[in-house]
Parts: sequence; structure tokens; C-alpha cells
Amino acid sequence: MMVHASDLRAWSSILVVAALAIAGECLIAAAMRRLGDLDDIRARSGLKGAIRAVLTSPVFLAGATCMALNFFALLFTLSAVDLSLAGPASASLTYVGNAVAAKLFLHENVDRRRWMAALCVCVGVYLISK
Amino acid sequence: MKHTLTPQRYLILLAVTLSAPLGDALLTRGMRQIGTVDLHHLGLLWQALFNPYIDAGILLLIGFFASYMTALSWADLTFLMPATAFGYVVLALVSRFWLHEPLSGYRWAGILLIVCAVGFVANGPSLTEHPELNRMDSGAAR
Repeated sequence: MMVHASDLRAWSSILVVAALAIAGECLIAAAMRRLGDLDDIRARSGLKGAIRAVLTSPVFLAGATCMALNFFALLFTLSAVDLSLAGPASASLTYVGNAVAAKLFLHENVDRRRWMAALCVCVGVYLISK
Repeated sequence: MKHTLTPQRYLILLAVTLSAPLGDALLTRGMRQIGTVDLHHLGLLWQALFNPYIDAGILLLIGFFASYMTALSWADLTFLMPATAFGYVVLALVSRFWLHEPLSGYRWAGILLIVCAVGFVANGPSLTEHPELNRMDSGAAR
């Protein structure tokens, strides 16, 4: 089976988009987990205190940077790949990748129920985008 | 794992689910009124800021980000994923009934699968217990 250079480029850029989204979401989730319940912080220090706590977290800033890079990577990808492929492919990869990364890096208990949910979301997003 | 969802937290999950697709739909409606933006008509972007649909869309997307951050502070990422994906279902239904776009059989099947995914996690625990983090929290409280 021949793999065209344009296909390789398309799938590489889709993988980069998904990887940046996974890194961004996991870093932001890790930052929020470290900060603790935002409702408690808001009760103690007010809304400004809660916003300050989030914006001064280096892990959150790293996650937000990844999400910004994800946005520009998506723009770059859309300039070369059809939206009908890039949209569902990157979204589906992101959902499955998030489940794997949450188990490996955030040590979440991803039980059979959550794996099933991740797979259903992955296929569901693909079908909705068709 | 523990299950700690109060009615207020269910409301935040509802905000996560509804605010993003409704914000996107309002932005779409607003930009259809503004027209096509290209390099020679960048001024239209400034004009877009005064469109009520665009303003409402931006407010809803800010609300989405705030509620998503709040939810991540007391729920697992894998618990929230189906809730955010449910936004695709809302977007498809808004497209069908508000923007009058047709929905194919594939899309109805996709909607059914995402609803199943929400059902899988909705009755499960929302947060994984991390004993070492709890110890750090109680240490910080002292």
C-alpha cells in the first residue's frame, strides 16, 4: 500500500493538533486538582482571589499555552486538510488520548465504564461530523 | 473514588454542556449577519463586536471556560469528557431545530452513542481519591 507524502503530512499535523490538546487539557486538569475546590477558594478569598490563584499557577499557564498552540496548529492543519477529516479525526484522537493520559499522568481511576464512554464519544463524534 | 455531586455542581455541569454549543451557535448566527471577513475587510471584525448575537456568544464562551475550570477542580477529566462531548449533541439539535439544517441517520447514531457515553459515567463516581494530595491539603490547612 502506497502512502502519499500529502497523507503523511495531513496525519502528522492532525496528530500534533491532538497531542497539543491532550497536553493542554491534562496540564489544566492537573493545575485545578492542585489548587483544590474553586468554590472553597472563592468563599475564602472572593472571586478575585480565585481568579488570581488560577492565573498565577505555572501548570495552568503551561496548559493554556498548549491550548493556544493547539489553536494555531488547527489553523495550520485546516489550511492543508479538509475540515471534514481534520475536525472529527483530531476530536476523536483527543478523547481517547485524554483517557490514556488521565490514567498515566493524572492517575485517575479510568475503569471499564469510563473506557466505554471514551470509545462511545470517539465514534459518536466521528458519526456526528459525517 | 467518591461521588460528590451536589445540585449546585450538577448546575455547573449543565453550564459546561450548554454554554459552549449555544455560544458557538450565537457566533454563527452573528457572523452570518456580518458577512464574509477577508484580508481586505478586516474592519468587519470590529463591527462584529457590536453585534448582539456575537456579544452573547462571547459571554457564553467565557461562562463555559469559567464553569469548566470550576468543574475540573472537583471532578476527573475523564468524568467531564462526556459532558463536554454532549455539547456536540446540543449543537446538532440546535442546527436541526433552530438553524433548520437536516440531520442524517449517521448524526442521529452519533447522538445516541454520546448519550450512551454520558449515561455510562453519570452514575459513577466523579473524582479519584489521591491520599497524598489529601495529606498535602490537610497539611496546608494546619
